[in-house]
Amino acid sequence: MDRTFGLGEFVFLLKAVPWTILLSLGAMLGGGVLGLIISVARIAPLSPIRWLATGYIEVFQGTPVLMQLFIIYYGLAVLVGVQVDAWIAVLVAFTLYAGAFLGDIWRGCLQAVPRQQWEAAASLSMSYLKQLRYVIVPQAARIAIAPTVGFLVQLIKSTSIAAIIGFVELTRAGQLMASATFQPMIVYPIVAGMYFLICRPLTSLASIFERRSHAATGTKWYF
Amino acid sequence: MNYVFQFNVIWEHLPALLHGVFLTLEMSVMSIGLGSALAMVCAYGQVASSRAIKRLIGGYIETIRNTPVLVQVFVFYFSLPILGLKVSPFAAAVAALTINLGAYACEILRAGIESVPRGQVEAGRALGLSRLQTFRFVIFFPALKTVFPALSSQFILLMLSSSVVSTISAVELTAVTNSLQSTTFRAFEFYFVAAALYLGMSLALKAVMHIVYWLSFERNAPSVG
Repeated sequence: MDRTFGLGEFVFLLKAVPWTILLSLGAMLGGGVLGLIISVARIAPLSPIRWLATGYIEVFQGTPVLMQLFIIYYGLAVLVGVQVDAWIAVLVAFTLYAGAFLGDIWRGCLQAVPRQQWEAAASLSMSYLKQLRYVIVPQAARIAIAPTVGFLVQLIKSTSIAAIIGFVELTRAGQLMASATFQPMIVYPIVAGMYFLICRPLTSLASIFERRSHAATGTKWYF
Repeated sequence: MNYVFQFNVIWEHLPALLHGVFLTLEMSVMSIGLGSALAMVCAYGQVASSRAIKRLIGGYIETIRNTPVLVQVFVFYFSLPILGLKVSPFAAAVAALTINLGAYACEILRAGIESVPRGQVEAGRALGLSRLQTFRFVIFFPALKTVFPALSSQFILLMLSSSVVSTISAVELTAVTNSLQSTTFRAFEFYFVAAALYLGMSLALKAVMHIVYWLSFERNAPSVG
């Protein structure tokens, strides 16, 4: 029964990679929609809406994602009455988490658009939503690309925490293989290497976008 | 929804939870102290040393920034005994968090250092300051002021990510909560209160960093205008 780390074990780890990617993309998509709403709410002209959005961001940025996972995992069970699938729980939790971070990042991007742009749009008798939709958001989106890709890296790394509630993604697969082979010193560096291969290209992409947007500032503001 | 919330069980176990808070703060403060020291050394190395050392530090930062903290904790916990170091889970956790913070904080400090205009460095040298003095008074202090907000968010992030070290059986707030919920079967209530305690800690840490900022940069700053 002496199982050593071989090709089969490596393939097991490899097969867990799509789950990490799927969870990250799902949370990014859901969090993107939520984040857009929160970022707009965060700069809304009505102060109660702003406070609500600020409170949401503070709570989700001020608590560990592991606690959010536990609360949603057990909280959904309490609300629905039955134990929900771990996949649903982690997807909901990471969507809410991503929504808070993206909401805060994009709030900064929206505020980086000069005030005069709002005034110019208003003077063209655009409604508030039209000012936002046609004038502010397109300009903010340019600045937002680099930090958004940067956050995607953070999100991919955070999904490793889903392993703690037993969702089998890359880190959980690593834990399973480490305890099956008793070779954690081989398994975990390989797991780390796989994360590195996923995240590293995104990190360089983020810095390329960052350099480009710095170069673009001042010269090509409108497009 | 037939679930009845029972928060009174929390009160009975409040001392245990508060002890967990203390352990989390202890772990965070140790990691922040050691990690900041590591970051300073690395940041100095990145701006003022040979190309080989720069490469080495760059590789370290890249590795840490592109892998999850949980996996780093595992690698550390299992590799320290192989190196012949018999350490407690708590010490292994502090070591892993220190290495983690060192990389992120170094990156932040480097960005701050690079924002200091080159002319100021030359001015410092021209005034007869030594290389180390120039680094300390002309580069490091203004750079620290610039990146202080980013650095404080990183510290808070570190405190929050310390919750994952319960997986290597290091005891802090999350581990305490885990064991309490498994004996009382009140998972939701305990995690809810623990999350509230974490929120309280991050707000407190934020306030402390504000005070530190004011004491170091604004109290004695010459007023302008």
